[in-house]
Amino acid sequence: MPGHGPGDVTPSCWSCGTMRAVHFCSSCGKVQPPVPVDYFTFFGFPRKLHLESSELEKEFYALSRHLHPDVFGQAGEMERAWSLEQSSMLNDAYRTLKDPVRRTEYLLRLEGIELEEQSKQATEKARATGELKKQVVPPDLLEEVFELNMHLEELRMQKALGEDDPALLEEIGKAKLSLEEKHDALLNELKIEWNNWDKTVDEGSEADRKGILDKMLDVLNRRNYIRNLLRDVNEAMD
Amino acid sequence: MNSDYIVGIDLGTTNSLVAHMQGESPVVIPGEDGLNLVPSVIALDEKNQIIVGNAARKYLVETPERAVYSIKRLMGRGAEDIQDELRLFPFKLAEDLQQGEVLRIKIGERTYTPPEISALILRQLKRNAERFFGAPVTQAVITVPAYFNDAQRQATKDAGRIAGLNVLRLVNEPTAASLAYGLDKKKNGIVAVYDLGGGTFDISILKLHDGIFEVISTNGDTHLGGDDIDNLLIAVALDDIRGDLGLDVRRSGEAVQRIRRAVIEAKIALSAQPSAKLDVDLPGGKKYRREISREMFDEIIQPIIDRTVGPCKQALKDAAVKPEQIDEVVLVGGSTRIPEVRRLVQDLFGRTPHTDLNPDEVVALGAAVQANILGGGSEITKEMLLLDVTPLSLGIEVAGGVTDKIILRNSTVPASATQYYTTQVDGQTNVAIHVLQGERELARDCRSLARFDLKGIPPMVAGLSRIEVKFLIDANGILRVSAREQRSGQEAEIDVKPTYGLTDEQVENMLLESFDYAEEDFRQRQIIEARREADTILQGLAKAKNSHAWLDISNDERRHVEMQEKALVEVRDGDDYHAIREAIDTLNGATTHLAELMMDTAVSTALKGKAMDDTGMEDGPHAGHPMAKADFE
Repeated sequence: MPGHGPGDVTPSCWSCGTMRAVHFCSSCGKVQPPVPVDYFTFFGFPRKLHLESSELEKEFYALSRHLHPDVFGQAGEMERAWSLEQSSMLNDAYRTLKDPVRRTEYLLRLEGIELEEQSKQATEKARATGELKKQVVPPDLLEEVFELNMHLEELRMQKALGEDDPALLEEIGKAKLSLEEKHDALLNELKIEWNNWDKTVDEGSEADRKGILDKMLDVLNRRNYIRNLLRDVNEAMD
Repeated sequence: MNSDYIVGIDLGTTNSLVAHMQGESPVVIPGEDGLNLVPSVIALDEKNQIIVGNAARKYLVETPERAVYSIKRLMGRGAEDIQDELRLFPFKLAEDLQQGEVLRIKIGERTYTPPEISALILRQLKRNAERFFGAPVTQAVITVPAYFNDAQRQATKDAGRIAGLNVLRLVNEPTAASLAYGLDKKKNGIVAVYDLGGGTFDISILKLHDGIFEVISTNGDTHLGGDDIDNLLIAVALDDIRGDLGLDVRRSGEAVQRIRRAVIEAKIALSAQPSAKLDVDLPGGKKYRREISREMFDEIIQPIIDRTVGPCKQALKDAAVKPEQIDEVVLVGGSTRIPEVRRLVQDLFGRTPHTDLNPDEVVALGAAVQANILGGGSEITKEMLLLDVTPLSLGIEVAGGVTDKIILRNSTVPASATQYYTTQVDGQTNVAIHVLQGERELARDCRSLARFDLKGIPPMVAGLSRIEVKFLIDANGILRVSAREQRSGQEAEIDVKPTYGLTDEQVENMLLESFDYAEEDFRQRQIIEARREADTILQGLAKAKNSHAWLDISNDERRHVEMQEKALVEVRDGDDYHAIREAIDTLNGATTHLAELMMDTAVSTALKGKAMDDTGMEDGPHAGHPMAKADFE
């Protein structure tokens, strides 16, 4: 049910005293004080990774109609502050959950796993400071990456000299295509792990869960690696 | 507070408008001159009185050093980033400007900050609305370019406060336009709004779903618009004048303003005709004449309008939408009247853009719709909800001068991000945070928003304290920051130093000057205006008494009219605004018949070739009757 946290004992509305939904009162419509919860709980969803995007959007719109600051344009200061906080949480939650990769990363963090080292942020920091990023090349990509990096270096040099080598561009284009395919394939791999995860949410041991989380982390790390590589390629080709 | 009097304001680079929701539809509120557009021009007259709008325009040419236009370009900016503007616009900075101080512009002998100048325009719009309603107006929705950054938004909000307005919401211009368009359509689908105004360009991609207007992406350029086209044309003209006439008039403010006026007229004419003439009287008696064809014009402006292509493509990419998936394209802003701009939009999106609403008014109309929603809504707006985004990523500076993005562009607002900080040194009680806005990797390439100093952290061993800082972008697109030390649970004090912009205290001081007297001002103004109107009707009546019509009405009617006339004369000098108004209305009612008769006489007199003076209607029949009811409610 939208707006109902699982297993919550819903307290009564601060304003009218009747039973209420979690974020707003189902009886009088007043916004309720925000309670810190994770994004899945905010939407009243179980901590599962398969999420129908149309279902999520529907809930997002429905909750927006109840929580957005515009609805409380003429309300008191307290309600306006709550609405601001509730709707920012709603938007943050929606943004995170609607993207399959961000959703998975968020779940990993909720489960206590960080994937900082491969992140875009780490890449940017490393690039800007000129430090070497601690980054492990996935073994199956070693050869491809080595070759691609050489080509990219060549391209940059040619660009600096104002030269143009169609053969080289074609070579890089091919490598790019192959990377994009791998990038997409990894998303499918991730989705298989989603199935496994969703099953263990209902039944399954701690060890099962840990194993699946580790697999997802591995897939995400490889995928992020390829994404960063693709970004470098696009930048070099621009 | 009566929510009927919440107005929507389009504070534009070239023109500004105020609108409100009248029943089911938004309408623009005209000024005293009957015109909807208030030019965003202010001037000081000979007596140092502030003149705003149409009346200020003549000063641009006559005493350019005492007038300012396009001030929106300077909102929320620092002295170092307006060098381009200073070359192209006759802005004169105050000579005593200190490093880090908010810009001040010199007008005559006085100096004003951009928010103060904008506030003067807002105050004029406020007055227009108050005149229209016959009641004070204190709440408003003001539109801003979607691509405005935090400082530009804050400056706009400050302007509202200085003008005595509680700014309930800043709404993005293209989004406001979509509200005005969506009002009667109630369609679902994907809409692109292309907004090329006087000084700013925005592109927004929205998804419309059962009354929800969800912005998916936005992009733009806050220094791109009709102004830039004008400046190019002026440069061409100045070159011509130097080449053909051997005159260098670049330093002559008056000449440049004359040329500016002429090229704007030509630009407007070229939207409807294949060529236009420039005809400018120059100082020293010389004349500059030139014909400009549509082809030439299109060629000159190409580099300007091409600059809108990049943002459009980026917005489509960010929205993950292909041009063919766009259901409708809406044009907003006066510059979209240019046929070449329309062609470019058509090429970009592969469809004919919508132009059914007046591109000058649609933003203000949308702001009125949003004002209505914020006021509690009405039958027509009750299902409508706007979900907008932040146009620029929010970041904080981390080690190595790198920007760490914590809220990405195109995130639906309100949006928040929480960061944790710790201390580097034993006993450290302060932590400094530098907040940035922009897409670049290095802090120095992004826009500095503010420096936050977290104070009062309990002294602990380095690294032990954990400070939770919450960054929240509200529905106006403005940043709010709060912090808490987690081990002690105490709220950290935050000292905000806005990089560009006024402090709260400065705004307070500016507003005190105009605000202390606001209520009194308003009453005074109402009385003065009512008296002026009483005089108009009394003068009209005095003339009417010399007309044939006066003799044509019955004795009873004459007596009745004279009785009401006397009643008005009696209350005219009093301080009771309502009494004056009532007397005006009564006299108006009593003279309706007389006015009709006069109208007939006027027409027949005119046909007979008699002087209009004989009829007591020197303005002629078209002017209507001098006792006409003002458009007051």
